[in-house]
Amino acid sequence: MSHILIAIFVSGGLFSLLAIIMVIADNTIADYGEVSIIINGDEEIEVEGGKPLLKTLMEEDIFIPSACGGRGSCGLCKVKVNTDIGGYLPTETPWIEEDEQKENIRLSCQIKVKQDLEIKIPEEYLNVKEFETEVINMRDLTHDIKEVTLQLIEPEEIDFRAGQFIQLRVPEYRLTDEPVYRAYSMASSPSNNNKVELEIRYVPEGICTTYVHQHLNEGDRVVINGPYGDFYLRDTEREIIFIAGGSGMAPIKSIITYMAENNIQRKARYFFGARTEKDLFLRDKMKEFEKKLTDFKFVPALSDPEEDSNWEGKTGLITEVVNEYLENGENKEAYLCGSPGMIKACVEILTENGIPENLIFYDEFG
Amino acid sequence: MNFISAFAIFFAAIFTNNILLTNYLGMCSFLAVSRKVDTSVGLGLAVTFVMTFTSAINWIVYHFILVPLDLVYLRYIIFIVIIAAFVQLVEMIIERVSDILYASLGIFLPLITVNCSILGVSLFMVIRDYTFVNSIAYGLGSGIGWFLAIIAMAGIREKMDRSKIPNGLEGAGIALIIAGIMAMAFVGFSGILSLS
Repeated sequence: MSHILIAIFVSGGLFSLLAIIMVIADNTIADYGEVSIIINGDEEIEVEGGKPLLKTLMEEDIFIPSACGGRGSCGLCKVKVNTDIGGYLPTETPWIEEDEQKENIRLSCQIKVKQDLEIKIPEEYLNVKEFETEVINMRDLTHDIKEVTLQLIEPEEIDFRAGQFIQLRVPEYRLTDEPVYRAYSMASSPSNNNKVELEIRYVPEGICTTYVHQHLNEGDRVVINGPYGDFYLRDTEREIIFIAGGSGMAPIKSIITYMAENNIQRKARYFFGARTEKDLFLRDKMKEFEKKLTDFKFVPALSDPEEDSNWEGKTGLITEVVNEYLENGENKEAYLCGSPGMIKACVEILTENGIPENLIFYDEFG
Repeated sequence: MNFISAFAIFFAAIFTNNILLTNYLGMCSFLAVSRKVDTSVGLGLAVTFVMTFTSAINWIVYHFILVPLDLVYLRYIIFIVIIAAFVQLVEMIIERVSDILYASLGIFLPLITVNCSILGVSLFMVIRDYTFVNSIAYGLGSGIGWFLAIIAMAGIREKMDRSKIPNGLEGAGIALIIAGIMAMAFVGFSGILSLS
């Protein structure tokens, strides 16, 4: 009996001693006190030092995009640090290119806040928030594209520009053993700021698309963060060329809805590429826009129409259809959303027709 | 005499009884961090440092607390907690004191808290009934042996980046085969000295 007591006493005593040492160390050696972080030269925040920069910023509601959640395995959370904080860590170097090193780009999940810092992050990140949402509607747009409507719960409103995207958090499930984030454009209009609509195309074995198509149901909770991106309508008088394919519809639909709501009557043509008629969707919606916007036309083009269909619209590759329409690139600007291959081909056609590259805006997804 | 036996233990721990290549301990970080020579130098130094000091601390705790109180069966749990606390403490200190040291060495410390070769050294040391000096020699030697093995591995793997490896063997597969061949090479030393 006494032997057991001695064992408990000894191990308890040793562990407590070590715990006390650790607590003392934590409060002396590892205590960096209050430090200030100056963001983009104007905003200054006071934070408790000693934690990774990514986490510190997150606690201040500043979200840097990160897919791995701070484990140094995605390389996304890059931040420019103007203060000298010492050499690169071996956990950073796999992700930071040499020319980025010259500019002091650091991986914010790996560096710790131990002193006053001056950092530079894209201005838009300051507006990025994390939202708790509920799926209130899911419907099939085509055989492989679903429209998902999310009701924002906390915070209740999102402030974004038509065309921007959010990141959707996929929890652990069969295809992933850690939460991952995937970017999706918002298809809804900024005026409808308590809901977010996404258009998600099914990709076999795609981590997020499989999750959305096969596991997500109405009533489920989903976490998103955003808004991100510089794909939005520029305020000019130029004629607009929209080009999209598949779920690339989403940001363009958002932009056109915004134009209809704000009565922006610029000349606009929307070329939408699909293979067959069953890949087309939201045609009624586009008809509505054609009524509201006097000089807007929706031009769907099928590359591979079924033989027995009575398709009367354009046929051929989207690049051919666009090329045929464009006479010259004068006073035009273009907004593209689709696969990298489609974007590349379209940018070529547009520049050949005289639209300068700085007036071609695109959102690319792999 | 004492000095000679300590030296023999030190030497044997590096070559003939290399903890990694003869006991296959500390494999996980060995496989994970041996892609580049730079990083494996950092990890190797960290392991050497921690092994030497934890074997000393654990020896003291074992012989002055556990043996007199007849509690040697608690050694597994006590050793591992001491190692964990020591590693944490060292990490905090390094992080505070030197950015350069932290970047090259400190970053690996959390990795070796759960490195089985560290616990292995402490356990072998009591099983083989080493004196205090011999234990330190054994810890230091094992650390250097581990360091040597991981650097050799990293050197081979850096070269291997440019060679063609069958699909099924890429990554850990080929690394294990190489570790096996390296272990056989080290067996060649075993006639020189042996630890018992």
